[in-house]
Amino acid sequence: MLQIGVLALQGAFYEHIKKLQQLGVQTVAVRLPEQLTGLDGLIIPGGESTTMGNLAMSFGLVQPLRQFSRQHPVWGTCAGLILLADAARGQKKGGQALIGGLDVEVDRNYFGRQVDSFETELHVPALAKVSGPDAANGLFHAIFIRAPVVTRVGPKVEVLARLSGGEIVAVQQGRLLGTAFHPELSDDLRFHRYFVALSAGALAVSGNGHRHRTAIHS
Amino acid sequence: MMERTTGTVTVKSGLADMLKGGVIMDVTNAEQARIAEEAGACAVMALERVPADIRAQGGVARMSAPEKILEIMDAVTIPVMAKARIGHFVEAQILEALGVDFIDESEVLTPADEAHHINKWDFDIPFVCGCRNLGEALRRLLEGAAMIRTKGEAGTGDVVEAVRHARAVMGEIRRLKNKAPEELFSYAKEIGAPYQLIKKTAELGRLPVVNFAAGGVATPADAALMMQLGVDGVFVGSGIFKSGNPAKRAQAIVKAVTHFQDPHILAEVSRDLGEAMVGRTVESLPESERIASRGW
Repeated sequence: MLQIGVLALQGAFYEHIKKLQQLGVQTVAVRLPEQLTGLDGLIIPGGESTTMGNLAMSFGLVQPLRQFSRQHPVWGTCAGLILLADAARGQKKGGQALIGGLDVEVDRNYFGRQVDSFETELHVPALAKVSGPDAANGLFHAIFIRAPVVTRVGPKVEVLARLSGGEIVAVQQGRLLGTAFHPELSDDLRFHRYFVALSAGALAVSGNGHRHRTAIHS
Repeated sequence: MMERTTGTVTVKSGLADMLKGGVIMDVTNAEQARIAEEAGACAVMALERVPADIRAQGGVARMSAPEKILEIMDAVTIPVMAKARIGHFVEAQILEALGVDFIDESEVLTPADEAHHINKWDFDIPFVCGCRNLGEALRRLLEGAAMIRTKGEAGTGDVVEAVRHARAVMGEIRRLKNKAPEELFSYAKEIGAPYQLIKKTAELGRLPVVNFAAGGVATPADAALMMQLGVDGVFVGSGIFKSGNPAKRAQAIVKAVTHFQDPHILAEVSRDLGEAMVGRTVESLPESERIASRGW
């Protein structure tokens, strides 16, 4: 049976667990490195990226998470996307711990403070790949809470969704998935279904989630 | 062009959801805010004096000066909350104009209105309010609060009231779950809360919004106790910056909230923290000095 972990250091991890359970997936709340063993995939939830980074450092999770994300599907939502990104702007003073692996740069709190948090509809063509009664290629109702955006993408990164202003808010690089918004707060299972399919190896994946360095031709 | 909608119930309660499993720390200046952020706070509460000093110094406690709040907002990247007096909707308007992320309509400040709380539906930013029992919690939700905290007795370092209020809310919800549907109507009247919210609480088996503990948490063990009683996270006020080693204690409380079910980690993080805040027992406080009873 497919087993997906949700990083449970801080934030909205329970909302992801509920969504995965609705899809019949076995879930594990991950707080310590040994809890990564045997997982088919991992979700890094929304919350405060500085808090999660700090706790990951304290409990020796940063290296194991890096290792895991090189070999397995990982999906970061909001703070999780920030942690998965190779580079982040708008970090706290002194910088913050990042797991990295996703060849993008994100801008933290791009939209401003809480008063600028919003809901909107997104066109996400990739969701058509997942079957199910609600998987028609309709708009995805997306919730952005003090959200980041992706400001630069590497050559292996596929853009899955943009806001109407062109800002990149969902990306995929092989088995790594990142969303600036919170599908765990929407009444729509398609993104979770998409990640479950990715974890089950049921989606054709371009690239393999590793960071590829382009060979330098002399 | 897709419409963007701001200030909705979903984005308000969404921010509260992101704070779960975290510690919100009272800070009075940029330096303390930075210590809190480094320690892993999921948000800070900007205020002029921590509750223990409000208690010691007396006088009218009001919203913080805007320049102090702005100084704190500039210093950190995590959400910044600030307190308005109960019923003082103009202080709340000012806090919203300053751009704080969350307003705490707080009994720790001197109430401005002895009958009415702020109509929180008028605002685009979320509010958190204190409660001592289920009825009080649901009345605050009816007024538009996006998050609840148990009141405890702020500035004492004595966790007994926080426990009393958390047990009251959780116990009432457990009893509610066993009631027949027709019994909910008279129960609504009994606890002075709207029927629709009572019904929703019964269906969910929990408060319909995020619920933190507050008021008297001073140690990692206190924080984990509140988590084991079923709250979603913890506010720590005077307990950090009135202690011997704020940075270390703050980090220990953050770790204790994440690993609240692991006594070995709790034992480890509780070591060598220096002096806890001295505190005052709630029992020793005269009725006039108890602030949890403020709010209606």
